[in-house]
Amino acid sequence: MNIETMETHSFDVLVLGSGGAGLRAAVEAASGGGLSVGLIGKSLLGKAHTVMAEGGAAASIGNVDAPDSWQTHFYDTMKSGHYINNFRTVEVFAKEAPARVLELEQWGAVFDRTPEGLIMQRAFGGHSFRRLAHIGDRTGMELLRTLQYRAISLNIEIFQEVTITRLLMDKDRIAGAFGYYREDGHFVMFKAKALVLATGGWGKVYKVTSNSWESTGDGAAMAYRLGGELQDMEMVQFHPTGMVWPPGVAGLLVTEGVRGEGGILYNSEKERFMLRYDPERQELSTRDVVARSIFREVQEGRGTPHGGAWLDISQKGADFIKQKLPGMYEQLLTLGDIDITKSPFEVAPTCHYTMGGVKAHAETCATNIPGLFAAGEVACGLHGANRLGGNSLADILVFGRRAGIAARDFAGSRKGDVVISEREIEEEAERVLKPFTRPDGENPYTIHQELQEAMSTHVGIVRDQKLLEDGLEKILKLQERAKNMGAQGGRTYNPGWHAVFDVENMLLLSELIIRGALERKESRGGHWRTDYPEELEEMGKWNFVHEISPDGDRIKQVPVPIMPPALQEICSRPVAPGKEPSKNLDQRKGASS
Amino acid sequence: MSEQYVLSIFRGDQNGGEEQEYQVPAIPGMVVLDAVHYVQAHDAPDLGVRWNCKAAHCGSCSAEINGMPKLMCKTRLDEYQGQVVHIQPMRTFPIVKDLVADVSWNYEVAKKIATFTPVNAAPFRMQQWDVDRVQEFHHCIECFLCQDVCHVLRDHDAKDQYFGPRFMVKMAEFEMHPVDGADRIPQLKNEGGIGMCNVTKCCTEVCPQHIHITDNAIIPLKERVADRYYDPIRNLIRRLTKKEESSSSTVPSKA
Amino acid sequence: MAQASQPSMNRPIKPSGKLPYWVEPAFTIVAFGGFIIYSLWEVLFHNTGTYHNYVSPFFSPGVAGWFGFHVLTALYVVWVPFIFRFSCYYYRKEYYRAFSFHPFGCAVAEPKSHRNRSYKGEWKINNLHRYTWFLAVIVLIFLWKDVVEAFIFPNGFGVGIGSLILLINAILLTGYTFSCHAFRNMIGGRKDCFSCTAHGQSQKTTSYKLWHRISEANVFHGTWAWASLFSVWIADLYVRLLIMGVIHDVRLF
Repeated sequence: MNIETMETHSFDVLVLGSGGAGLRAAVEAASGGGLSVGLIGKSLLGKAHTVMAEGGAAASIGNVDAPDSWQTHFYDTMKSGHYINNFRTVEVFAKEAPARVLELEQWGAVFDRTPEGLIMQRAFGGHSFRRLAHIGDRTGMELLRTLQYRAISLNIEIFQEVTITRLLMDKDRIAGAFGYYREDGHFVMFKAKALVLATGGWGKVYKVTSNSWESTGDGAAMAYRLGGELQDMEMVQFHPTGMVWPPGVAGLLVTEGVRGEGGILYNSEKERFMLRYDPERQELSTRDVVARSIFREVQEGRGTPHGGAWLDISQKGADFIKQKLPGMYEQLLTLGDIDITKSPFEVAPTCHYTMGGVKAHAETCATNIPGLFAAGEVACGLHGANRLGGNSLADILVFGRRAGIAARDFAGSRKGDVVISEREIEEEAERVLKPFTRPDGENPYTIHQELQEAMSTHVGIVRDQKLLEDGLEKILKLQERAKNMGAQGGRTYNPGWHAVFDVENMLLLSELIIRGALERKESRGGHWRTDYPEELEEMGKWNFVHEISPDGDRIKQVPVPIMPPALQEICSRPVAPGKEPSKNLDQRKGASS
Repeated sequence: MSEQYVLSIFRGDQNGGEEQEYQVPAIPGMVVLDAVHYVQAHDAPDLGVRWNCKAAHCGSCSAEINGMPKLMCKTRLDEYQGQVVHIQPMRTFPIVKDLVADVSWNYEVAKKIATFTPVNAAPFRMQQWDVDRVQEFHHCIECFLCQDVCHVLRDHDAKDQYFGPRFMVKMAEFEMHPVDGADRIPQLKNEGGIGMCNVTKCCTEVCPQHIHITDNAIIPLKERVADRYYDPIRNLIRRLTKKEESSSSTVPSKA
Repeated sequence: MAQASQPSMNRPIKPSGKLPYWVEPAFTIVAFGGFIIYSLWEVLFHNTGTYHNYVSPFFSPGVAGWFGFHVLTALYVVWVPFIFRFSCYYYRKEYYRAFSFHPFGCAVAEPKSHRNRSYKGEWKINNLHRYTWFLAVIVLIFLWKDVVEAFIFPNGFGVGIGSLILLINAILLTGYTFSCHAFRNMIGGRKDCFSCTAHGQSQKTTSYKLWHRISEANVFHGTWAWASLFSVWIADLYVRLLIMGVIHDVRLF
């Protein structure tokens, strides 16, 4: 491999990931002017997993429920995260989300409207007010498309279908990335003064998942290998309502919007079981609670024929459903043969989001590696132990922008040339081509399948010591086998070859998920251990931070940042700010009006 | 599970290729993409196919199934019971490999479109009934099936003369936005080549999002182009009123 | 484009559950062809379309009579609906598919002969559809006058099969004319914002309501187009057969 002839690009700011967070970061970095900005995506532009976000973007604009405020949003987010979130991240987030949503409108997103002609907001699980700015049930797509067209109108060089296999360092600072074009397999090297990771989550490690093939956690894994700190890895969100039947579509997401618009959950005995688990919020409880409730109902023999719960929105009438949830109507009709305007349908939890990730600074999104910033699902700090629906879309806007600004500033102040070790590149190129020397090696698809089985069995919704230990053993064995993964055929658009690197990353992160889960000896949010069923105050004081070391993963206990008194006061209130009895609004009643 | 489907998938690249047959066991509710994945995992790991969400939200898995442009993730295999399922890449675009087509031309076109230019700052006041029309266009998932089926691009390869249905929809989305102030009519007529469309409506037929591409986007835009360029009486009126207004503004504003 | 490197161009199996792709253009060829031959026969070989109180839509309004012409009298009127329909967005789809194979069906390869001729897009003259719409409305007014007269028999008000046929014909033609794309543009389609003149009001404006109605009808423009084509055909044939004495009108009351 001759490094001189290798395609090389140099940027001031390089963004990895062309989803919502990446695009928002690139747009921000480029709109300052003067700096060169590159954007790399593993898929085509506009296809990123952001399109699967359906319900809306949470922002306390207060168009529908005027008493809503950033304080309430802060209160809800901290409560839902079970207080292991970084309070400062949440504060920044809650304060800035409304401006970010309005900005999208300025760029051409057309949200649903209130009767006053303003942005419409809908109710969602765990939100005290109707807060989710939405466009039917395809908000993520609208957001992504808007940012996509914004990005191409700016001076951003966009690389589509490029896989990055390694981040590059210049001594202790970030220096760029190395990878290949998926289309023909030729190598490409990027030099960068600052790099934004916006590579999303790793939900693809589970078998039943709403995530697409891209969600393999490349960014987190690559940052970890360089010494980046990953936090709260045990926190994985299972969305309560994924499709169950037919098997071909198992795991496919049914938006929380269905419940937000008035959908009701029943068990096989036609009982509205959420009244038992969360009498106050019922179906609109947080996702961890609803997912666990469905799981319990099934375990106790009250599940539907295919092991789920019934979700029914038919009482709202066909016109309403087709207007507010057109995508869901069509999805269930074409793929599930069910007309949701007429009958209930089966749902069961599906892996949806990874709350953990690269530890990022609350204001700048900076990681512990100088020059490396993280935003979106790959970053950690905002969601704590459980993410609120709608917070992820607002997250990518708020922190995508902040990461863009910070990267821009960092690149602007960085002196001297970026130097990259030639030997490192040569080694990496050799490593990347290695699978072709083993055409009869392990099939990456098989390894992936076994990994998904293991993760779903051992670190799913329900966990305990024995399960986790057995799971870890399986993963470690798979990691050994994975060293022998092979690829057939050539370098031109060869998914078998691409899968090798995806699987490597997923195996690494799976190990961290299990190690984190073993460490957290309590139940909190998305992490439910039957051997430690209670939420423990002592455990709530810590985040677990993973760091690579010569003898494998090292876990540090890092104290959860302590809130200043003013924020503590908000969190300690018995009811959410603005929901005090005098002006108490019946949320469900309001939602169905 | 004894029932099997027979898939005949195009294998090859720009140097040519041919269809190869694969057997796939039937699973209830299976879509074509599931079957292709099965083939990938068991028989041909290097089978090139583009996909992402598998839920008809991203528009990556466009292909031609038994000759019709379709999304593989949204096409049920049981539609083809008793038939061999032929799967080929989109024909309008150059092939990369197997089922993957090089759709980069579309991204080049996207860059040429004058972007959304609001006349005032958000928050906008717009009624739902006023934005219904543009919201339909926002359903587009950029699968490029309409570009694939459009005979102007498919049979006449007039990619230098016509932006294609997808970008007519995109321009309609911007142009009909209640707060947009840019003027795309000259671009539509000239560079965009809206006159190349002869309203044969195949784009509408294949649209997986059921956007009324022809009736709601292209024809209304054609009418607006006609308003500007092909309407002698309106032209005359415009010329007369313009003289009275003197030469205050040179930038054409929207009607 | 590397067309040669693409998969073979042969037409695979038809999509299941639907009619074969050639059915629609074939129907168009037969229906259009039939109608045009019939129209030629009607226009070239007949000089009157009046039977008592019934007037054939081919001969109304009696423009020829106004100028004192007595040959090819239908010709002075039929050009109006002809150019209206020829430039109609719906009919363009039908005739471009059926008669010029641009394309014959969706994803169906165009004939080899097209490869040597360059395709220049649609005929620009069709942009004048909006003017033909006004002409069509004028003709339509006369047709409604004919409908009224068709209910007035020498002995006063009455209803015959002929009156009903003319009434239905006028209704279908009205539906076709007022679901027109060009009309939809004129009535409000060219506006970007209906509510902008009435900020903050959730009340739908009249212009919006009108445009919305027309848009709803426009969805069925193709249906209106075929239905009204056949109703004109039937109405004219009915009157023609009455004049020829082949059939007798039935008075219902």
